[in-house]
Amino acid sequence: MKYFSLIWAGLWRKRTRTVFTMLSVVVAFLLFGLLQGFNQGFHTLESNQDLDRLYITAKSNMTDGLPIAHLSRIKSVPGVKAVSHWTYFGGFYQNAKDPVPAFATDVDGLFAVYKEMKVKPEYLDAMRKTRNGALISEAIAKARGWKVGDRVPIGTSIWTKKDGGSTWDFEIVGTFDASRYGQGFPGFYMNYTYFDETSAFGHGVIHYYLVSIVDPHQAQQISRQIDALFANSSFETQTQTESAMVLQALKQLGDLSFIANSIVGAVMFTLLFLTANTMMQSVRERTSELAVLKTLGFSDGKVLLLVLTEALVLCLFAAAMGLLVSSAVFSSPPMKAMFGNPHMPAIVIGMGAAIALLLSFASGLPPAWRARQLNIVDALAGR
Amino acid sequence: MKLFRQIAAVTAMNLRSLPQRAATSLVIVIGIAGVVAVLTSVLAMSTGMIKTMNNSGRDDRVIVLRNGSTNETSSAINRDSLRLIMDVPGVKRDDAGKPILSGEALRLISLHKKEDGSQVNVVLRGVGPQLPELRPEVRIVEGRMFNPAVNEVIVGKSAAAQYSGVKLGDHVSSRRTTWTVVGIFESGGDSHQSEVMADAETLITSDGRGSFQNVTVMLDSPASFQKFKDALTSNPALSLDVWKERDYYEQASKGISRVISFLAYIVGGIMAVGAVFGALNTMYSAVSERLREIATLRAMGFGAAAMVVSVLAEALLLAAIGGAIGAAIAWAFFNGNTVSTGGTAMGQLIFDLTVSPRLMLVGIVWAAAIGLIGGLFPAIRAARLPVATALRAI
Repeated sequence: MKYFSLIWAGLWRKRTRTVFTMLSVVVAFLLFGLLQGFNQGFHTLESNQDLDRLYITAKSNMTDGLPIAHLSRIKSVPGVKAVSHWTYFGGFYQNAKDPVPAFATDVDGLFAVYKEMKVKPEYLDAMRKTRNGALISEAIAKARGWKVGDRVPIGTSIWTKKDGGSTWDFEIVGTFDASRYGQGFPGFYMNYTYFDETSAFGHGVIHYYLVSIVDPHQAQQISRQIDALFANSSFETQTQTESAMVLQALKQLGDLSFIANSIVGAVMFTLLFLTANTMMQSVRERTSELAVLKTLGFSDGKVLLLVLTEALVLCLFAAAMGLLVSSAVFSSPPMKAMFGNPHMPAIVIGMGAAIALLLSFASGLPPAWRARQLNIVDALAGR
Repeated sequence: MKLFRQIAAVTAMNLRSLPQRAATSLVIVIGIAGVVAVLTSVLAMSTGMIKTMNNSGRDDRVIVLRNGSTNETSSAINRDSLRLIMDVPGVKRDDAGKPILSGEALRLISLHKKEDGSQVNVVLRGVGPQLPELRPEVRIVEGRMFNPAVNEVIVGKSAAAQYSGVKLGDHVSSRRTTWTVVGIFESGGDSHQSEVMADAETLITSDGRGSFQNVTVMLDSPASFQKFKDALTSNPALSLDVWKERDYYEQASKGISRVISFLAYIVGGIMAVGAVFGALNTMYSAVSERLREIATLRAMGFGAAAMVVSVLAEALLLAAIGGAIGAAIAWAFFNGNTVSTGGTAMGQLIFDLTVSPRLMLVGIVWAAAIGLIGGLFPAIRAARLPVATALRAI
């Protein structure tokens, strides 16, 4: 600690150079934090999902749908706590390019399966009583300015009504808080009974059965049991845990982590080169000063440590700044909306710290070694 | 004129001394190469996607969807409408006088990627009997064409390369039906190469879901589009919408290609800021190493402008080298790589990353901009150097 001022002076010997080096390290770690944060964010999104929730879709493809008749048979499987279902509505508001994530469901089951979703009992009650009622998420209510009591026309690209129209009128009877499940969670629900009575075709079609089970450890076993129930029927099922399904949906988008990792790799390589170069340059310029230190009695090892610590301070400080900025980005409102409960995953901070350490050693060690090897006489003579 | 001579002299002198500063100069080159490589390879994704989509469009082919549908999978057209469309003016007819069009039924089936076994949605497209006239670009490269009324499919070349279980003789299943793969087709690098095709009527009877999703129509000429559209939309018995094929595929991939470009520019932008700091560092040190030289030149009567230009020229040259290396890396490693995404409105789309010359130019322009910003402040510093102090400093 008593050498702190010496290190400090060494760092600030060339103010502009240190500042610029630091800033580029900050930028690199900002990028690292953002990309890895996203990457990990998807994984947390995945692990946020409860293991005690199963999704059942048609085995051939989700879009094929399953009959409503499966419902009672799924309910009777031992270990199943509650069952609900979704039918994809393909809704839009006024313009086909302005989609509304609408699903037909049975609300009692839905709120039993999604336990963390908060709704006032009177809203649930109103939904049961209003045939063409709709419950919407607070996020949608806020974004679109819809209030309880409003009547909203929702168009659909799929379901024609019996009267031939394809615009359905709904009365908003309540809102719920689904922020726990992130932005991707559907936020517009209509009564399945109303939907089924009104649509011109596709009666009794269910796209997803949502099942909550008593014991998460039995997830695999119950999934197999459900699938066996419908094996070789004309509507075979595929039962997956929620996390497996989310992972599969993300994989459809492409290999995100590969892209993120290769970018981070490119950035880190560039950065290493840059920092190492700066440190080298700074040691080269200070050859005679380091020789003076040695003349004053500083041991070779001590000089090595001094130079290395300089690199450490620079890298660690800059890395911390970069990660701090990226975690600030993560707790900003738009991110909150996207991931539900965002925070910079601790593992990313850990990885960042490890990389920063590695970086400071890789960039500091060669110049530090050079400083250690300095021969006093030659260095002072400028040879 | 004197100014130009001065600039030329100083710049040439700087560039000749570059090898002495090789290590520091490499910072600019490598830093910028990194930025450009990342930028161009990510942009290559959206370029490749757009290219595939453009290949899918023909000016004289149109897609009829139900009014209000923006993609095939959510559209529905019944048999009566199909019959009415056959008689609309503007439809091309074959030698026998039959209209060239295809009522198409679409299903999504689940296949597995070869590389990691992940399950993806793939389009199974039921096509009408006039496929050869309607889509002359479809060519069987292996096996044979499917026969109607039996459960046979042909698989697009890209799909065959990406997914497991779609070799000749393999079986794929849709609801209630198992299909035998009898052929592999190529269709000029368009989006259909990511799909599986079967006979429409066979597909519709196989799962009892009774309607077509779209009707694809060959027009007698591209100019007939308006005539065809007017006739179709003015018929009160029909509630349909017509898209030029090219427009349809463009809007179908617009969302995802925009997201990719956005990502490329954000990441590239942040990296560029980092590279600017690196460039500033390098050029400042280049200037400070040559303090003596610059001051001497100034004392001899060389102007400030010559100093500015010479430093900028050095930065630009290094940046351009870096940009070229970065673009070359992106081209060498990623051009032609096959990737797939499910972010479009129609199942998985398989396409090749395309590092086009235009894209490489974009990369080099970015490189030049970074070099310019990184060189500007050190250049100004070089020009402002008070001669007397600089000489005394030595």
